[in-house]
Amino acid sequence: MKNIKTADIVNIVSEMCIQANHYLSDDMNSRLKNSVNTEKSELGRKILNQLQENLEIADKEQNPICQDTGMAVFFVEIGQEVHIDDGLLTDAINEGVRKGYTEGYLRKSVVSDPIERINTKDNTPAVIHYDYVAGDKLKITLAPKGFGSENMSRVFMLKPADGIEGVKEAILTAVKDAGPNACPPMVVGVGIGGTFEKSALMAKQALTRSFDDRPSTPWVKDLEDEMLEKINNLGIGPGGLGGTTTALAVNINTYATHIAGLPVAINICCHVNRHITREI
Amino acid sequence: MEHKIQTPITSEIATSLHSGDYVYITGEIYVARDAAHKRMKEALDKGEELPISIENSTIYYMGPSPAREGRPIGSAGPTTASRMDKYAPQLLDLGMKAMIGKGKRNPDVVDAIVRNKAVYFAAVGGAGALLSKCIKSSKVICYEDLGAEAIRKLYVEDFPVIVVIDSDGNNLYETAIKEFQILN
Repeated sequence: MKNIKTADIVNIVSEMCIQANHYLSDDMNSRLKNSVNTEKSELGRKILNQLQENLEIADKEQNPICQDTGMAVFFVEIGQEVHIDDGLLTDAINEGVRKGYTEGYLRKSVVSDPIERINTKDNTPAVIHYDYVAGDKLKITLAPKGFGSENMSRVFMLKPADGIEGVKEAILTAVKDAGPNACPPMVVGVGIGGTFEKSALMAKQALTRSFDDRPSTPWVKDLEDEMLEKINNLGIGPGGLGGTTTALAVNINTYATHIAGLPVAINICCHVNRHITREI
Repeated sequence: MEHKIQTPITSEIATSLHSGDYVYITGEIYVARDAAHKRMKEALDKGEELPISIENSTIYYMGPSPAREGRPIGSAGPTTASRMDKYAPQLLDLGMKAMIGKGKRNPDVVDAIVRNKAVYFAAVGGAGALLSKCIKSSKVICYEDLGAEAIRKLYVEDFPVIVVIDSDGNNLYETAIKEFQILN
């Protein structure tokens, strides 16, 4: 059994909120950098260079990469041998968000009620997904999600007869509809299978997977490559102003499903695809 | 083509800009987004005056992150413009001449842009740290309780934007994509 104090969780989460909003992961960074070499549109290259410059300024001036510092989404893996000593894990995570978003000059974008819309002024509550695993570690992944791209995400409840062709069409439809609204070049997270909500959760979790970590199932890997090419052939380009770099990556997660269904969720992310993981 | 323009943007300036042009804006512009637009609409419905001077105005759809000490503003990139589509035609008819945002607009907005010889610019989405460098001053002028959604007056210098929908209704989001599209 390993005992963890809530104060440690608060501090780590707070620091994660600030870090995630100031720096992109190495794989995101290098994809963005390399895209300038292949982009065919002159305006597109200009925009990609500006995005690169934006990352450097954010780092130097300690300003968030994007003013929409998002709703804080967490994936938490709790080892079965972990014990939180002095309070609730959910409360500790929310306290970390409160501290990080306030001390880090991050925008508070969360309203307490979807209709009454009163800003909570501290970016809480977070959206938290828990999973129990073996071991004595607490693994926390934070993915702050801006809503320019979140609003363009979709779930399709396809029929089994729609098959892989139906899946491809669903992904392309979502990306085409998103167009310039989702701040391309985008990262496209896809969840195939499970149930209505499981597909959406997989699509979001797929956004946090490193581009270097490729799927082990051959058809999934092939589908990622094919969809990246097809999306880049749409012509949407950087900023949606035309070009050959519409997406930087397509990450697909899959799960078992029911004989009667084929859920497909597409969670679109902008080029500010932020995620950070810490283990306690 | 590249232009350097000064606000206020008049119809004469707006009609000289064409879809695809790169423009650097200097001068005063307003910031307003969802909740501020809703309040302005409610004020107009009640027959009250708008809290901003709308004639030849430019509205930037943006909600900044908080400013660090000694700086005018935090990160300050554009937000999705279509969320303001419900309100934009009325403001254009009242004299607003330019909007800065990102993303598509609906046909009613395009008609109002043409009818009023106005212009819709896109700023680069997600480049909030970079764009904040062009903002020299920022002042909340009303609806302070809305926080990041309050109406602000900014002074910008060489703020970079691209003409997406010009005063003739040409739309770069539609034309530019065709140039690079490869049909699968």
